[in-house]
Amino acid sequence: MAAVASAPAGAQAPTPAAGSPARWRSFPYWRWVILLLAGAYFLIPLYAALRFAGLKAFGDIFKQSGFFSAIGLSLRLGVITTIFTLVLMVPTTVYVHLRLPQIRRLMEGITILPIVIPPIVLIIGVLKVAPGFLLGTPYLLALVYVILAMPFAYRSLDAGLRSFDLKTMVEASNSLGAGWPATLWRVVLPNISTSILSATVLTVALVLGEFTMASLALYVTFPVWIVQFEQNSGPVSVAASLLALFVTWILLMLIVAIGGRSTRRRGGSQVALFTVTRQDFSQTVGEPE
Amino acid sequence: MTTRAAAGTQATGGAVRAAGTGAGAPVVLTDLSRHFGAVRALDGLTLEIAPGELVALLGPSGCGKTTALRILAGFEAADSGSVGVDGKDISRVPAAKRDMGMVFQSYSLFPNMTALDNVGFGLRMRKQRGSARSRRAGELLDMVGLTDQAKKYPHQMSGGQQQRVALARALAIEPRVLLLDEPLSALDAKVRLQLREQIRALQQRLGTTTLFVTHDQEEALSMADRVGVMRDGRLEQVAEPSQLYDQPATAFVAEFVGTMNRIPGELQGEDEVSALGTVVPVHGETASGLSGDVDVLVRPEGLELAVLTGGNGIVTHKTFLGSVTRVSVLLSGDVSVKVDQPSGVAAAMSPGTSVQVSLPAVPVLVAERR
Repeated sequence: MAAVASAPAGAQAPTPAAGSPARWRSFPYWRWVILLLAGAYFLIPLYAALRFAGLKAFGDIFKQSGFFSAIGLSLRLGVITTIFTLVLMVPTTVYVHLRLPQIRRLMEGITILPIVIPPIVLIIGVLKVAPGFLLGTPYLLALVYVILAMPFAYRSLDAGLRSFDLKTMVEASNSLGAGWPATLWRVVLPNISTSILSATVLTVALVLGEFTMASLALYVTFPVWIVQFEQNSGPVSVAASLLALFVTWILLMLIVAIGGRSTRRRGGSQVALFTVTRQDFSQTVGEPE
Repeated sequence: MTTRAAAGTQATGGAVRAAGTGAGAPVVLTDLSRHFGAVRALDGLTLEIAPGELVALLGPSGCGKTTALRILAGFEAADSGSVGVDGKDISRVPAAKRDMGMVFQSYSLFPNMTALDNVGFGLRMRKQRGSARSRRAGELLDMVGLTDQAKKYPHQMSGGQQQRVALARALAIEPRVLLLDEPLSALDAKVRLQLREQIRALQQRLGTTTLFVTHDQEEALSMADRVGVMRDGRLEQVAEPSQLYDQPATAFVAEFVGTMNRIPGELQGEDEVSALGTVVPVHGETASGLSGDVDVLVRPEGLELAVLTGGNGIVTHKTFLGSVTRVSVLLSGDVSVKVDQPSGVAAAMSPGTSVQVSLPAVPVLVAERR
């Protein structure tokens, strides 16, 4: 409630027009109420979990048997999945934007399918048709995760490609003598770097948190390990989930920070996970930095 | 045209061009056709551009001028016809290997590179080493007067500056052909005028063969050696600006370039027409296939105007244009014409004044009655 009390104090500031006091005043009480309610809804369970686990449990996580092999598998899956996803999705999305813009809607529809289809249906299907040499290797699960990550990766990349005039850039690059590899590497990729980063973080976050598929396909990934371990020690398992949550959260904050910095450095577009705001170049003229 | 091109070549020289391969190459577009679905964007376009010449393609939107330029650039393929540069058919050569500099309508600088890196990009693609590359990129920035912007990113520059950097970038590769796709249309009027002169001066100095696409007739007439007026995928006329204005080949060209009055008239045989109570000769072949009622096409400066009580028209309003004033006159039959008068003379013609509009006895163009 301290935040609410400070609002009128801000309003009494001598220079209300100077940015922040004016903003404070225009931020009505009911918004604070909603913010606090939402905050309580999210934070109380976290706090309860923290109380239940106790700080000591965090130290114990690393001493548990199977922890390192589980986290190792999850990280390996994260890397493999990200590489597959980017190698598959970046050229595809660029190609669709340049040559087949009319199928963008179709692409959006297709990429949403993995969210619509229940994971259990997907994994049973995959296990039935998967070739024998892939069964039991991390690559099988990684391939499934590539499909699961597709909606997120496609949307971030799509947003990034829409944030600048891709067609003109590619044509300018071609006319200057750059073939496709050079155009992609020096012109397209640098301008969608934030999107690629965002696709990467979303993919990694998905892989680190996915339980159903890994569990059904009998892989002991980090989430599977947490569930199995819970039967031995509740507090340590809760501490492990909290740790996973914090790591993912830090990753997401990192991407927003990096994205924001590169945007400030060279203008262009600001890409946050799914949304993209295109800067109107005519308005940026004459205000360097 | 060849004499002009030769002059352009001599004027080349200079430090910037010293290492270059010489002046621009001749360009021949032969019988180009291109369809987009049912739309015929180009319909048998043939155009020759002499080395060092600047040809502007002018026409309303959708006339095919941009398609022609994009086919020359290699961004589109023609359904039929061929593109020749320097005597070689390059129809199948990809855009990246055509050695053509291009300036686009929309801002096309790479947002992730500084002005200097943008200009050096084409050189980098040609494997030019770092120090030589930055030196040459610096020279080109200097040439467009933007040395102080070298380290700036595109979003830190104004629209005019960005287009100048884009021009420097296109010229850095010493292109055999320079392609300008409405490069000034996004800029405000004053910058546009300056840049127009700068582009023309550079193009003449470097002697680069240039194709310039625009819908702005003033731009085309003031910059080009020759202007091609396009309509529905075809060239209506290719001529020097003055010829285009004074001797338009078709009614479309006559009305598209400059201001044109249409006055009802009647053909008297093949080579005379009566209008505004006088009979004047018909210019060229324009009357062929026409008979009876036609429209006479006359420019505002081609009509005579005098204050006369009980004359054939009434002044409706005036537009002051500096040394001349454009007087709008309503004639009987609800025909409105514009007549240019020296501003001093026009001062006596306030709206409502009764005036006499007449045709001088010089050949006029005629067109089908509208």
